[in-house]
Amino acid sequence: MRWGMVIDTDICTGCEACVVACHAENNIQTVGEEEAANGRAMHWLRIERHYEGMFPDVRVRFVPVLCQHCGEAPCEPVCPTYATYHTDDGLNAMVYSRCIGTRYCANNCPYTVRFFDWHAGEWPEPLDRQLNPDVSPRPAGVMEKCTFCVQRIQDGRDQAEQEEREVRDGEIQPACAQSCPAQAIVFGDLDDPDSRVARRARSNRAYRLLEDLGTQPAVVYLRGEDWGGEGDGPAGPSPEASGDDEP
Amino acid sequence: MSVDVPGRPPTDPAPHPLPDPSDPGHERALLRPLDGVRPGLVIGTLVSGALAALLVVCWGYQIRNDLGVTGLGRPNFWGLYIATFVFWIGISHAGTLISAILRVTGAEWRRPVTRCAEAITVFALCIGGLFPIIHLGRPWLFYYILPLPNERLLWPNFRSPLVWDVLAITTYLTGSVLYLLLPLIPDFAILRDRAGARRAGSLKARLYGVAALGWRGTPRQWHALEQGIRVMAVIIIPVAVSVHTAVSWDFAMALQPMWHSTIFGPYFVAGAIYSGIAMLLVTMFALRHGLGLQRYLDERVFNNLGLLFLAMSMIWAYFTFAEHLTVWYGNETAEMAVYDARVSGKFAPFFWSMLVLNVAVPLAVLGFRRGRRPLPAALVGVGVIAGMWLERFVIVVGSLSLPRLDYTIGSYTPSWVEIGVIAGSFGLFGLLYFLFLQVAPIVSIWEVREGEMRAPLSDAGRARPSLSSVAEES
Repeated sequence: MRWGMVIDTDICTGCEACVVACHAENNIQTVGEEEAANGRAMHWLRIERHYEGMFPDVRVRFVPVLCQHCGEAPCEPVCPTYATYHTDDGLNAMVYSRCIGTRYCANNCPYTVRFFDWHAGEWPEPLDRQLNPDVSPRPAGVMEKCTFCVQRIQDGRDQAEQEEREVRDGEIQPACAQSCPAQAIVFGDLDDPDSRVARRARSNRAYRLLEDLGTQPAVVYLRGEDWGGEGDGPAGPSPEASGDDEP
Repeated sequence: MSVDVPGRPPTDPAPHPLPDPSDPGHERALLRPLDGVRPGLVIGTLVSGALAALLVVCWGYQIRNDLGVTGLGRPNFWGLYIATFVFWIGISHAGTLISAILRVTGAEWRRPVTRCAEAITVFALCIGGLFPIIHLGRPWLFYYILPLPNERLLWPNFRSPLVWDVLAITTYLTGSVLYLLLPLIPDFAILRDRAGARRAGSLKARLYGVAALGWRGTPRQWHALEQGIRVMAVIIIPVAVSVHTAVSWDFAMALQPMWHSTIFGPYFVAGAIYSGIAMLLVTMFALRHGLGLQRYLDERVFNNLGLLFLAMSMIWAYFTFAEHLTVWYGNETAEMAVYDARVSGKFAPFFWSMLVLNVAVPLAVLGFRRGRRPLPAALVGVGVIAGMWLERFVIVVGSLSLPRLDYTIGSYTPSWVEIGVIAGSFGLFGLLYFLFLQVAPIVSIWEVREGEMRAPLSDAGRARPSLSSVAEES
């Protein structure tokens, strides 16, 4: 079992509902305008905006970037205390209580998707009522990042075990996948050849971010239509036609 | 045969301090700072103590108010603290070069210099070792990085370069402390006997007595001491090389553009020795004039160190050139972004200042004999200290500010907390050094005496003075 995600950048509208859902689900702190200007915003999932084409045919491509849960994660070997490690089901996991905050993992992540708690989050009343009881808020001084909503994965697996069955494809949805109005984010088991993610990942529109680094990310992006011209789009193939085997 | 030309450093054959008949054992000259209370040293101690207190205050504020009080932020997760950490560990290579390598190669002119260099090493290591703790998000849990057995069966991740740092630095610190204390034993015995002669059974005599470890100067003890020093001198050299290699691998093992370079190991070791000599020259100049040690820290020592300094400058320049040429020629996108920022972008002022201070100025000044006199050499040393700090800054912050996915580029402005801690670290160094000056002779008395005794032997048959004597015995 290897958890993975497919994100279709051709249909992402950049609405950022996934970003908000991620904040809400994972008790991510809101750092405020000044801190955000200093690069301390804690968007575990961010929408990158890339302009493609030349005026007047400019298009904007939105690319949601989150922790790629790399098969060969560069963040894992450098943590001196084993606060980040790889689980059997393909997640790059964080152990907040073991993290002493050296921030080496953040430096070695080529996707810059790791975040540090420069201050502890504060939820003055009544904001504390919005906290998700399944997710621990982090103290100051530890690293955090997207977990593929591990609390939901755990919940789904527990449920399936109780009912003595396998987890069904599409049963476990991280907050971002659940909230996307365009259904651009699909989550599931990459090792199951019949799952939606596995079928989409086989598409000839598929590419991975910074593939040449050998990190083996579990997040696959789809990009098909060539919107033309140079522009600063993310590296990836743009085939002419999409004769692929997925819907 | 000596040819003394006015205005040039002396070329007398005996590379030892000229004998002063009124002070045959050198005790009066070298023990003067320890007699009574000298106002200059007290003022120095208090001023550096105040600066060291700044370190404590700023660090305390940071622990209380979280790391958010620094100027760090994504993608600059490391900043001034790590640059200064590497800087201090680099400074600590002063002692090793002078004491160990020159001892092993039998260079006689090192005798007056070894202890002040070894003291720099130990204190720089202590301070450098503080910074990995200072920069932690949760410093009170720093012991998680140590291999301490616990009931949860948790070990640190030995694959992490940070753990290699911990192991290398603690090994080097242990070795350096031993290497500083061993040659101190006979000098502590001198101090013990002096204090005992003035007032039998005084506290001073007893403390020095403990430090002297029962030294009586018997042939057996001398043999054991020389064996110990010889072994430590040989061991400490690879340990020192490994320390700064491990520190450089904090960067080289990471995937960041212009960090992931195989040259970092030797590059950083060369840079460390370079900055260590710079600090040594500055310290020697201060000691020479502050404590009146012109006879010991004389022009010959400055000339020889100046030549070594120049050689290290050329080696450092070579490594820097090699690294930048290969990056530029390879033209890889992510690396060229960092390269351009260094050479012509945001970091250009720091980068070019670094090159001027580390290459142009040393070459222009130290290339001439007049430049290798104490004052010019010390001034070049100050410049190199600044230049080497700039090098660490450019490497750490320059690369981090330009990550591969350029959507997350960010700039970094250090806060007053970071600046206070770093300024305070220099104060702490000064404080430790000033305290040391008042506790032990900064020039090793017995080594200078030993060199004087051996001079007739080592000069036998020598027609012209050489820069360093050839080792006659192992």
